[in-house]
Amino acid sequence: MSDRPGPPGTPRPLTPEESQRRRKRSIAIAAVLFALVTIFYVLTIAKLGPQVLNRPI
Amino acid sequence: MTSLSNSLSAGAEPQVLSPVGGEVSDFFALLKPRVMVLVIFTALVGMLVSNVHIQPVVGSISLLMIAVGAGASGCLNMWWDADIDAVMTRTAKRPIPDGRIRPDEALAFGIVLSVGSVLVLGLASNWLAAGLLAFTIVFYAVVYSMWLKRATPQNIVIGGAAGALPPMVGQAAVTGTVGVESLVLFMIIFIWTPPHFWALALIKSADYAKAGIPMMPNVAGPDSTRRQIIAYSILLFPLGLAPVALGFGGWLYAVTALLGGLGMLAFSVHVFRNREGEPERKAAMGMFGFSILHLFLMFAALLAEQSLGLFRAVNL
Repeated sequence: MSDRPGPPGTPRPLTPEESQRRRKRSIAIAAVLFALVTIFYVLTIAKLGPQVLNRPI
Repeated sequence: MTSLSNSLSAGAEPQVLSPVGGEVSDFFALLKPRVMVLVIFTALVGMLVSNVHIQPVVGSISLLMIAVGAGASGCLNMWWDADIDAVMTRTAKRPIPDGRIRPDEALAFGIVLSVGSVLVLGLASNWLAAGLLAFTIVFYAVVYSMWLKRATPQNIVIGGAAGALPPMVGQAAVTGTVGVESLVLFMIIFIWTPPHFWALALIKSADYAKAGIPMMPNVAGPDSTRRQIIAYSILLFPLGLAPVALGFGGWLYAVTALLGGLGMLAFSVHVFRNREGEPERKAAMGMFGFSILHLFLMFAALLAEQSLGLFRAVNL
């Protein structure tokens, strides 16, 4: 990545510390989304049980 | 503070602020993790005293959502109070006044978690529990933080209802209704809150005065506050024994509540007698610390009786 500033209005490049912080946040958001999917899956099974498959075709 | 824009521009003005925003740990700190642990604890007791079968998955997810909802209300409270947090030594290092998180980030985080926790709790358990959780969040973030806290010395008395609601939400989540058990637990936490907070306010009154918060010692004076601490401790004593009279607190709970209640009375008299210098500070800190221990032990006794099979009824 070049250290030269871009055209006016272009955001400055991120520092290594900022890039690392953004990466950690992205991982945390991914973990939360995964947890949500798991919650809805487990909840559906727990509430419906085998009935989850009992639907008209 | 009168408006949303004021809150975003007053003491909450960002100091640092890179385009990336806060650390993950700073967002976690916005949720007041220690309060979340207490909420999980009291809500779990609210579930267990209901004496019904709890589906483990539904119970766990409900508990998690109650905790997330409590965290969200803590986050909204920190967003709104950033200006006064900045001038109080106890709170100046919180993420927003310290410039680690932008106020708008905190607001968005708090709203998303509030709505999400209420919806998931509603889907996982029932809409009465979800409604009670929504009420708790609104009561803490809007009624207490935005209105009562800066308006009246009764702020933590009325606002204490928000902290007392989790057992009711817990019971509603597993039974679909609110029974006398969780109502009694609500009352215990509600009456416990004023002596607990006022003990701290007695020694932090300069901090509260600097921030312009009308805490009881600053408005009615320290002596009046000490008398009220005794009055609430007297009220708490029989209330603490109500679970025994109603049959959901056994011997272990009875002994814990009895000794703890007497301890609260003794500490409140100690606070009343020591009004100057270091003894005053020690007495108030002693009361503050013991009040936490008292509430914790009462709920731990109920938890142990209900979950470990230690319940032995007290025949009155």
